[in-house]
Amino acid sequence: MSAFAGLLRKEWLHIRRDRRTLLVVIFMPIIQVILFGYAIRTDVSGIRLAVVDPSPDASTLELRNRFAGTDAFRVVRVLPNAGALDPLFASGAIQEAILFDGDFGNKLARGLPARVLVVVDASEPNSGSAMESYAIGVIQSYQRDIATKGGAVTIVPEARMRFNPTRASSNLFVPGLIAFVLTIISALMTAISLTREKETGTMEILLVSPLRPLEIIVGKVLAYLVIGFVSVLLVVAEARLVFAVPLQGSLFLLLAEGLLFILTSLSLGILISSRTSSQRVAMIGALAGTMLPTILLSGFIFPIESMPWPLRLISNAVPAKWFVLIARGIMLKGVGLEYLWPQTLILLAMTVVLVGAATRSFRIRLA
Amino acid sequence: MRRVLILAWTEVLHVVRDKATLAQVLLIPFIQLLVLSNAATFEIRNTPLYVVDQDHTSASRGLVTRFAASGDFDIVGASPSPEVANERLLAGDVTMVLTIPHDFERDLVREHAARVQLVVNAEKGMAAGIVQFYASRILARYAAELQPSVGRGTAASIGLETVPRRGAPDLDIRTRAWYNPTLDYRHYMVPGILVALVTLIGTLLTAQNIAREKELGTLEQLNVTPITRGQFIAGKLLPFWVLGMFELGAGLVLGRLVFGVPVVGSPLLLFAVSAVYLVAALGVGLWISTIVETQQQAMFVTFFIMMIYLLMSGLFTPIDSMPRWVQIVAELNPVRHFVAISRAVLVKGATLREIAQPFLVLAVFAAAVFGLAVRQYSKRAA
Repeated sequence: MSAFAGLLRKEWLHIRRDRRTLLVVIFMPIIQVILFGYAIRTDVSGIRLAVVDPSPDASTLELRNRFAGTDAFRVVRVLPNAGALDPLFASGAIQEAILFDGDFGNKLARGLPARVLVVVDASEPNSGSAMESYAIGVIQSYQRDIATKGGAVTIVPEARMRFNPTRASSNLFVPGLIAFVLTIISALMTAISLTREKETGTMEILLVSPLRPLEIIVGKVLAYLVIGFVSVLLVVAEARLVFAVPLQGSLFLLLAEGLLFILTSLSLGILISSRTSSQRVAMIGALAGTMLPTILLSGFIFPIESMPWPLRLISNAVPAKWFVLIARGIMLKGVGLEYLWPQTLILLAMTVVLVGAATRSFRIRLA
Repeated sequence: MRRVLILAWTEVLHVVRDKATLAQVLLIPFIQLLVLSNAATFEIRNTPLYVVDQDHTSASRGLVTRFAASGDFDIVGASPSPEVANERLLAGDVTMVLTIPHDFERDLVREHAARVQLVVNAEKGMAAGIVQFYASRILARYAAELQPSVGRGTAASIGLETVPRRGAPDLDIRTRAWYNPTLDYRHYMVPGILVALVTLIGTLLTAQNIAREKELGTLEQLNVTPITRGQFIAGKLLPFWVLGMFELGAGLVLGRLVFGVPVVGSPLLLFAVSAVYLVAALGVGLWISTIVETQQQAMFVTFFIMMIYLLMSGLFTPIDSMPRWVQIVAELNPVRHFVAISRAVLVKGATLREIAQPFLVLAVFAAAVFGLAVRQYSKRAA
């Protein structure tokens, strides 16, 4: 046991002496959560809209007012004809245009087809379809209102947004960011710290010591577990104080799950380092190999349900996906283990498998 | 020049001899490009829907059939109990609950207006808004369909493809999606993801490079050679620049063949911009390398910068929706400019005139970063 204590002391000294890394590791998550909590918005607002209205009348004015009255749109141009639209779109001065038929109000009143053409800049398809659906939504609600006056059949949807009524982006992204930052920091730190021992040759010394492989791994990882946990605490506090992200469920459960997730990420780092011998390989593996998949396949920005099935399948292997589900469940829905046990079990199983695989590779290196 | 080439050649040898790095550098970007380009979509299909039908009439069943037939929704369960629906929402396997109240059909016949309730799991962010839009579209169409059977003579036809009827206010909404009429997000994601991957790997390799020489002590040996600082930085940059150009080119060919990414503008122009861009991106890596002491530090700083690069590039989320101050910060992000240029050239067919401004920003950025790296690198051991 005294050998083990010695290893812990050695790790602690390593970390304490490298002030710069320690600072980066503690403060980076805090800065990033602030930055991205503000920066990441998937909803589209302030869409620059042009209206082409050849013959203004009461109904086109009413519709124009409705567009101007929403937060989503900003009417920047009103044009008498469509001729000037092309350069406006090309230069990006407008993102969407609404074109009314000539004699729109008269046609509408007489029951003739009154056409509205919605043109969007779809070079960015995700925002493109959002802009399109917002515009159609505005027109349809207008249509419903005039139809009701005329005594036509209407079905009125009463929509409720559960778990995030204001649809604030920060409520969604902050739990995701916690997962993202933790994965990369924990996986990177362990991967680098273990391969550095190999590269500088000190791993040999550790291997001939009376320590067992598992003890070496635990000793190396323990310090990073503590650092990771401190950053979870800081980030959760920050989420509450700066972004007022709700915490509906139990704080204790959230912290416990955070600890479990750090363990999973750490064991991923151990596995990467046990398979590589140079810091460069470990680095590319841990950073280039995990960064984009964690952003894209964790459900942190893009909904996993809409991906093609092979990707949905692959996403199950991304630990961050499960942690995002757990963190959002606890923070936004206020559910406890009675709903979250499957995700928790999966994270546990992943950790066990990763640690097992890493320890095995480690033993092989002794030979 | 000869010195630059010799230094560059040692770098090439380093990478080529390290089989594991070589495999990573060549495989990771292309595998991820192929796989991940499919992931970045907000297109919502097969939303899991739970139906609480408390009316049990032909009108309510008709509505449920419309939802099932739309292709936008997948009915994963139905019961008259709101409690079960709530359970499923909490468990997260249902994204929307449609509740049809008791008097749905009666209200439709008597008052020509009925209510239904949609509860959307807003945990999914933007997807929630789109799901709600799909649902109201189905409701509007169904209302229009019911018109002749329950309505009187005067009716509004609602829907996107409607047949005009006499005496009804008839609004015909049509839409056009310019520049990408099929709304294929992959055309737009592939160039972006490619840029992100090449930048990630290039920055990592260069950032780690000088830090490694410092750790191993071989930098001292280089310092006592007659090489100048500018030559040193150029020699370190060159091999990774060639690698980056190769990966961009190969990735683009792959994107064209596999995903049918359009190449509307001039590929030559894009390569000219890439050449400048890579100097900027790799220059940042080298600059990191000169300020840090160990490879671990190099990696963390790279990670920090890459995260800002990626999440503020407009690649995944629109820059237009970010707050003003973030947009100003994002101006400093070379990835953002290059992503915008590559999309403009490939998808919109922009020429040099349209991209002149971001191109200029990139050029200034590249020159500044290169100068900074040269200045920062001192041939003296600290």
